[in-house]
Amino acid sequence: MPEIKNYTMNFGPQHPAAHGVLRLILELDGEVVEHADPHVGLLHRGTEKLAESKPFNQSIGYMDRLDYVSMMCNEHAYVRAIEQLLGIEAPIRAQYIRTMFDEITRVRNHLMWIGTHGLDLGAMALFLYAFREREQCMDMYEAVSGARMHATYYRPGGVYRDLPDHMPQYQESKWTKGKNLAYANEWREGSLLDFIDAFADDFPSKIAEYRTLLQDNRIWKQRTVGIGVVSPEQAKAWGFTGPMLRGSGVAWDLRKKQTYAAYDKVDFDVPVGVNGDCYDRYLVRMEEMVQSTRIIKQCVEWLRNNPGPVMVDEYKVAPPDREMMKEDMESMIHHFKLFTEGYTVPAGEVYTAVEAPKGEFGVYMISDDSNKPFRLKLRAPGFAHLSAMNDMVKGHMLADVVAVIGTMDIVFGEIDR
Amino acid sequence: MTKVFKYLKSLTLNEIRKGLLLTQKYFFKRKFTVRYPEEKTPKSPRFRGLHALRRYPNGEERCIACKLCEAVCPAAAITIDSDVREDGSRRTTKYEIDLFKCIYCGFCEESCPVDSIVETDIHEYHFESKGKNVMTKEQLLAIGDMYEEQIANARTKDAKYR
Repeated sequence: MPEIKNYTMNFGPQHPAAHGVLRLILELDGEVVEHADPHVGLLHRGTEKLAESKPFNQSIGYMDRLDYVSMMCNEHAYVRAIEQLLGIEAPIRAQYIRTMFDEITRVRNHLMWIGTHGLDLGAMALFLYAFREREQCMDMYEAVSGARMHATYYRPGGVYRDLPDHMPQYQESKWTKGKNLAYANEWREGSLLDFIDAFADDFPSKIAEYRTLLQDNRIWKQRTVGIGVVSPEQAKAWGFTGPMLRGSGVAWDLRKKQTYAAYDKVDFDVPVGVNGDCYDRYLVRMEEMVQSTRIIKQCVEWLRNNPGPVMVDEYKVAPPDREMMKEDMESMIHHFKLFTEGYTVPAGEVYTAVEAPKGEFGVYMISDDSNKPFRLKLRAPGFAHLSAMNDMVKGHMLADVVAVIGTMDIVFGEIDR
Repeated sequence: MTKVFKYLKSLTLNEIRKGLLLTQKYFFKRKFTVRYPEEKTPKSPRFRGLHALRRYPNGEERCIACKLCEAVCPAAAITIDSDVREDGSRRTTKYEIDLFKCIYCGFCEESCPVDSIVETDIHEYHFESKGKNVMTKEQLLAIGDMYEEQIANARTKDAKYR
């Protein structure tokens, strides 16, 4: 009988289930994983170093590109760091807009996650349904910022522009006319807030559909129950955050524990898992989408009734509006100063974190009283999760590696930065 | 007892039947897909796509070579050279945007004091050979001339928010 030896296999970086550019060196005993060694750095773009060479505002667009499925949350952490150093606070309306778009981002991220996680484990239809709803969220992004993904919408001191009171509508074509056109434009008759409201009303029924497809499905359960179990102590020791930590039963959510923006003014619950396996994390994320919808509804309600400024009235930080800039000499000078030199931020250091969909996304910033950050350190939740890869997959089958990667909700933009 | 009940229930394949019913329901429902090249999804007036340089209604180019866009561009995609024209006004002699470097953040449009450089809602474009990704001043002005109406419409719609 020939001697059977362990063999080493390369998983990725081109594997479709590797969620980007994960390269895993797997040591296999038959089909059982003995050791998993993630190799990172293939998507390193040096965002932290790059930020040191640019005025503060110019790095906002690069924050979008860190975790490229939850763009506005990254921006939020970054602009909060600058705001804290400057000692300014965004107007209340901007805070609510940020809260709402953070939650839309969470929905977007979790839709992407449920789609790809399902696809990895063999649930094809779900991917199509999830991306149908994700498309609506992209339209919301586009309506406010002009970009479907990389928004560059949050600014230190508020948000760039107020919510538009018109949604773009579908035009008549050979296939879409009459009733079909009316159906396509059903939500688009009014303002963006009406669109978001209609989405929030409709979305829970869509979540119910995803649950119909997955929750009790025996294949789904066989692939997720008891896979990648993490105890609460281990999760804390490894520095897990977000749904990965809550899936293990630790009720830690920055939105509640270190509240920011308007999260203290809205009502929502934090779902917590019990067993800490892939299935519990799936349940936590599904419930988070429901809670996000609740928050979005409350924000829409508030934003409808409370018009107001969305940017601080401080021309040293935020540019004056265009009409004023063209008529008033002093505003013109402010405009030119802001777009060439930027603003100087008082010396000091600060750490701000937001509850991004994947966990705690933190920005540690040191300023030396100049117009560029002296040092910027980004705390990416995915990095801590990926570090536990070996311990989570050890002893599982090769196919379970895919389930664990999916449950971690890995995005390499933020891990490699 | 519950164990036996669960086992028997699992034999009915109930949850799989429910899932199949759901997907079957969508088979007969109205399609969500857009037949792309013939019909298009709506675009917001704030859309940030291909760049263009605009002119005043009298045909004079707007750009005054203040170089704010060059200074604010996070990706350093814009290159400007300026000179004094025969009539004594300050104009650009070279205005180039490298579309491979550009991250479409919209800061150039935001910074422009004369509404010259804009990001139009054109998102379907391609380059046919190496080097064509650098848009020259002539090309940008031509795009501006071609789509002026569209550009002006979108700016008017969004004027009160800026």
